[in-house]
Amino acid sequence: MSETKVTSPAQEAFEEWERETLRPLLEKHPERKSNFQTVSLEETNRLYSPADVEPLDFERDISFPGNFPYTRGIHPTGYRGKLWTMRQFAGFSTPEETNARFKYLLAQGQNGLSVAYDLPTLMGYDADSPLSEGEVGKCGVAVSSLADMEVLFGEIPLEHVTVSQTINAPASVLLAMYLVVAEKQGADWKKISGTLQNDILKEYIAQKEWIYPIRPAMKLVIDTFEFCTKHVPRYNPVSVSGYHIREAGATAVQELAFTLRDGLEYVEWGLRAGLQLDEFVPRISFFFNAHNDFFEEVAKYRAARRIWAREMRDRFGSTNERTLKLRFHTQTAGVSLTVQQPLNNIVRVAIQALAGVLGGTQSLHTDAYDEALALPTDRAALIALRTQQIIAEETGVANTVDPLGGSYYLESLTQKMEEGARDYFRRIDAMGGMVEAIEKGFPQRELQDSAYQYQKAVERGEQVIVGVNKYAMEDEASEVPTLIIDESVREHQVNRLQQTRGSRDAGAAGNALEKLRRAAQNNENTMPATIEAVRAYATLGEICSALRDVYGIYEEPAF
Amino acid sequence: MNERKIRVLVAKPGLDGHDRGAKVIARALRDAGMEVIYTGLRQTPEMIAAAALQEDVDAVGVSILSGAHNTLCPRIVQLLHDQGMDDCLVLLGGIVPQDDIAKLKQQGVAEIFLPGTSTENIVKFLRENVKPRE
Repeated sequence: MSETKVTSPAQEAFEEWERETLRPLLEKHPERKSNFQTVSLEETNRLYSPADVEPLDFERDISFPGNFPYTRGIHPTGYRGKLWTMRQFAGFSTPEETNARFKYLLAQGQNGLSVAYDLPTLMGYDADSPLSEGEVGKCGVAVSSLADMEVLFGEIPLEHVTVSQTINAPASVLLAMYLVVAEKQGADWKKISGTLQNDILKEYIAQKEWIYPIRPAMKLVIDTFEFCTKHVPRYNPVSVSGYHIREAGATAVQELAFTLRDGLEYVEWGLRAGLQLDEFVPRISFFFNAHNDFFEEVAKYRAARRIWAREMRDRFGSTNERTLKLRFHTQTAGVSLTVQQPLNNIVRVAIQALAGVLGGTQSLHTDAYDEALALPTDRAALIALRTQQIIAEETGVANTVDPLGGSYYLESLTQKMEEGARDYFRRIDAMGGMVEAIEKGFPQRELQDSAYQYQKAVERGEQVIVGVNKYAMEDEASEVPTLIIDESVREHQVNRLQQTRGSRDAGAAGNALEKLRRAAQNNENTMPATIEAVRAYATLGEICSALRDVYGIYEEPAF
Repeated sequence: MNERKIRVLVAKPGLDGHDRGAKVIARALRDAGMEVIYTGLRQTPEMIAAAALQEDVDAVGVSILSGAHNTLCPRIVQLLHDQGMDDCLVLLGGIVPQDDIAKLKQQGVAEIFLPGTSTENIVKFLRENVKPRE
């Protein structure tokens, strides 16, 4: 039996254009190259037309902002009601230095804070641990105990300023420190809002700052969900992060797929722990990268909202609007910044930030131009913030909701993103879930492959990086001043740590740590005991060490 | 005649977990016909030097993006020297401010590769600079 091919009028019109208009021209004027690819190495068609969006149904797939499936945004008024939160990630050196940077950024019109911790803090080591040597205050601010946290947020009213904390393996400890500082300021926990990154799954996949094995680490995450739902109801206890997955080499589809599948995993673990879907899921937030390929990024954010809404409805049966709506933070792609001709990075960041805004982000961090060299100087950090303010106040893109919606290319790409992510969901579901997929090394290998393919494409010149593999300059005189953090920071931090250990009630700290160990052993929620330990000035290293005693440590298998 | 393959230890010292670069380079060196051993994350300089000796490598490629290079690299060079491996090249890749480069070279780091370096340049450097063995 022969199959009759049904061709729609739109498809017929497109084919006629190809035949009558395009082909004669191509014979005379061939295109610049045979294959046009996105930064994710996905092929892009020459033209998108009504034929490409025919499978889409406006009501079902696109709809209006504020309406299911939220492709066009979660707010009916977009940025006309409220602009996105300009939240610059900052942290370096001592808590005193970072506190000063925070106050400077707030004075310049920034409206939310975002803390970067140094590597010892991220790994749960105190500043005086031998493993911390050379690393204290380098990649972020050094925090070893409540005493540091009190300085970090000195004169910053935590009831009124929303603070995002980038901390993962020891997140429950830093949350406890934050809550105790807030309490000492007289702030009401019920009014505090802010975000804890606390996304341990992407650590095993991409960023690799882990402490404990994956299953107890997941349990700690769920402890914070449970605690915040009861006691800090306006706080987001997790920011499910694709940012680091992308930085580690993922394509846009892989970033989207692994991040949302991580999100689904947290929902499943929360439900298994007895939490109520519509009580904790509305406080799950997301964090995406904004890379160079403009349309691919905008499509990714729109697809993310649509997929999440559909998964919450279809997988978990939610009809609660707050559960269905995906909220996210965006950061421009650090990995795209170049050491060569560093001022070019200002332009890259502006375009990436624009993609985040046109994708409907709730908050945004713009990278500073000197971040391929070091942590940003004041000047570089200020230009990064001004970039957002220019987009918000000068370009007009915030005047209308989802201005790119309806573009044949964008809608078709959004659809392709959703299909690509769903294909990964099927493979991961078949493995038993994301924890199991990570244990098998599946997302890790996918990322490594993509990173390698991208590097090869750059080296073949197929992916152009201006100033690096094209338009490079010999002996460029592009020196920009960089921030230098020396070893005196460690000395300063070790001094405070010794003072803290010397002046605290040693018995109380010891008892609190013992209580925490028991809570972990008995599979109880660890948050109350963690808070008690923090109050007694037990250090981050001591608390993590107590949990290591119970849970052990993660060893990465060779993939 | 069988030429000995160049053997390289790719190492991640310090607390930094960003291993994209280390893994891309390990694979590129393998594709270029070298023998590559990857240490995994969070190795101390002592562990790296011990692995270099045990694996009898011609070069150690160190990847650091956290800013801890001034503490870690000279120590790796010193430990290799102490165990008689002066011919073993130490290469550094990562985010290294311009001011640190000359100092690190003086301290015995053979070459520093910044972001944007092509893997071909690293392969070429190793082929040209690894000391031939008997």
